Amino acid sequence: MSAAAAIIRAGAASGQRPWPRHALSRERWQAMAAALDAADAPSLQGVWAEAERVHALFLDAGSPLAASVEVDGGSYPALSPHCPAASWFERMIHDLFGHTAEGGRDARGWLDHGAWATAAPLGPRQAALPPRVGAPEPPEFLPVEGEDLNQIGLGPVAGAIAEPAHLRLTAQGETLVRLEVRLGYAHKGTLGLMRGTPPRAAARFAARLSGSATVAHGLAYAHAVEAALGVAPPPRAVALRAVMAELERIRAHLDAAAAILAEAGAAFLETRFGWHREAMHEAAGRAFGHRLMMDAVAPGGLATDLAADGAAAIRAALAALAAELPDLVRRLDRSASLGAGIGRIAPDLALRFGASGPVGRASRRASGHGGDARLVPGYPPYPVLGLDVPTRAEGDVAARLRVRLDELPESARLLRALLEALPDGTIATALPAASGEGLGVAESSRGTVWHWVRIEGGLVAAAFARDPDWLHWPLLEAAMRNGMLADLPLCAASFGLTSSGVDL
Amino acid sequence: MTIWQRLRHTLRHGPAPLPAAAPSAETAAALAARLDAAAQRRLGRSLAIRHVGAGGCDGCELELRALNGIVYDLERFGLRFVTSPRHADILLATGPLTRTMAEALARTHAAMGEPKWVVAVGDCAIDGGVFKGSYACLGGITTLPVDLVIRGCPPTPWQVLEGLRALIEANATPAR
Repeated sequence: MSAAAAIIRAGAASGQRPWPRHALSRERWQAMAAALDAADAPSLQGVWAEAERVHALFLDAGSPLAASVEVDGGSYPALSPHCPAASWFERMIHDLFGHTAEGGRDARGWLDHGAWATAAPLGPRQAALPPRVGAPEPPEFLPVEGEDLNQIGLGPVAGAIAEPAHLRLTAQGETLVRLEVRLGYAHKGTLGLMRGTPPRAAARFAARLSGSATVAHGLAYAHAVEAALGVAPPPRAVALRAVMAELERIRAHLDAAAAILAEAGAAFLETRFGWHREAMHEAAGRAFGHRLMMDAVAPGGLATDLAADGAAAIRAALAALAAELPDLVRRLDRSASLGAGIGRIAPDLALRFGASGPVGRASRRASGHGGDARLVPGYPPYPVLGLDVPTRAEGDVAARLRVRLDELPESARLLRALLEALPDGTIATALPAASGEGLGVAESSRGTVWHWVRIEGGLVAAAFARDPDWLHWPLLEAAMRNGMLADLPLCAASFGLTSSGVDL
Repeated sequence: MTIWQRLRHTLRHGPAPLPAAAPSAETAAALAARLDAAAQRRLGRSLAIRHVGAGGCDGCELELRALNGIVYDLERFGLRFVTSPRHADILLATGPLTRTMAEALARTHAAMGEPKWVVAVGDCAIDGGVFKGSYACLGGITTLPVDLVIRGCPPTPWQVLEGLRALIEANATPAR
């Protein structure tokens, strides 16, 4: 066991389920932070806060490990000097709660662009803060020194149909010296809206963290609530949740593949993947009454059962894809150079940033690292069904595209097996008006989604959602360092990043 | 099906896009009346759209991208998404309008030439949707004069298409 993991496990375990959270003193938290430099240190998944505490979640050899520290005098010791992946989380905690990361690498604003009525809207001292007056300060970017450099600001309104994000490009001729991302434009105050509502009502906010992964977010949130309240969903709900999740995965992978191929100029392939993507949308609409299956997953089970002709609609869409996919992949193989060598992420960097989903699995380590939350830590029904997770080692645009395409037949196989043996019975279990703290996980098409929730007296007291793109945006910055300016759209498409899930 | 089989199929049976029903005459009439009241110059039958994501969840964007794809094929109706607001006739906004996006939305609108339309797509853009009352949102596209709203969370591509085609019809009706 690594030193950091040993320090965390020595802390007193709280009642968080199913994985306990270990309370650390300020000194032990600092010692744990210092041990995060080690090569075998657990990989950071996220850092979040509530009024009096800061929590950190790690994966230690595949098992979730949570630690927390009390906020003292408005601050807590930073993790970012030893673990760069913590930096964005620390900036988010400062902007939402007003807790300062002592010794943090970056103290600039993140979600807060100065447009809210007060600072630290979720923090314990919010009521005492003065209201803001005047125009907000312009955002601060990293300083640039050198000759013949020019900067390009892209966004927040950029591209044809896109979510808001600002990319600050520093170029020297055709070479991109640095890419810096500024998010926060889509901050909707989701965590604040969830507070004080019954867990079932708060599910609609979880479902709207990211439209392209609405099932995965709903599922991770439902897992967290069910763990907190000690409720088990009925078998039919477990199976149908997996049906929805795999259908969403196939649709999202087709969507991402079409976007990458569009940037690469492969119009025929883009069109065919786009066609099948639409077929999956239609099938989902017929099966569950909503093309994105939004709000279909509910804590305790499901809100919508499968329609009478739903299974047939899904099977027909899968059959059409299976009939054409081999030919599309063969055509792709003939243009083998598509995206090869562009936007490379070294396996060690991917591991250090806890990359998951196609971004992580395209940068597999020699030891076979390629985490998929469906298996590690795992949740029903996948460990019983069995699952083959394709990985690649190249870590470039081509590998990220191929990992997605390789996952399509596997998800289709799972879907057919699930539909073949659907259990009968009810689709939801009632939630007790109880208290508890839970951590939930689900694998989205973009990677691992974590949800944490604390329920007090039947109402959500605090919540957090960790979208996988928290850790993937910084990897895009790294992938484009010293790359070609013209490769940026293709590389960005291969990451398939979204703003809303990260902006909360 | 290989590419050659598909090509043969397309040549025999015509192109892939789905047939579309006529737009709602009622919506078109209401829009035409509004246009007359504003004494706006008509734009013709080809309209360019600039999309602004004002902080939504990406659900509406997903459906807009679908609209742009082969199945719905927006361009056959004379509608196309453009990247520069200076080329756009329609500002199509999604999302509950986060406070942080208000400035960018206003600047995009200001950069568009007259005459111009504003379309709010999705429940969020109409009144904030589920995000109504958040400290971080302005509760929909409230800072601009909205000409057409398209409901849904998110609206289906058909619903968006129907609204936009009503806009074209209203535009093409000769001024009295």
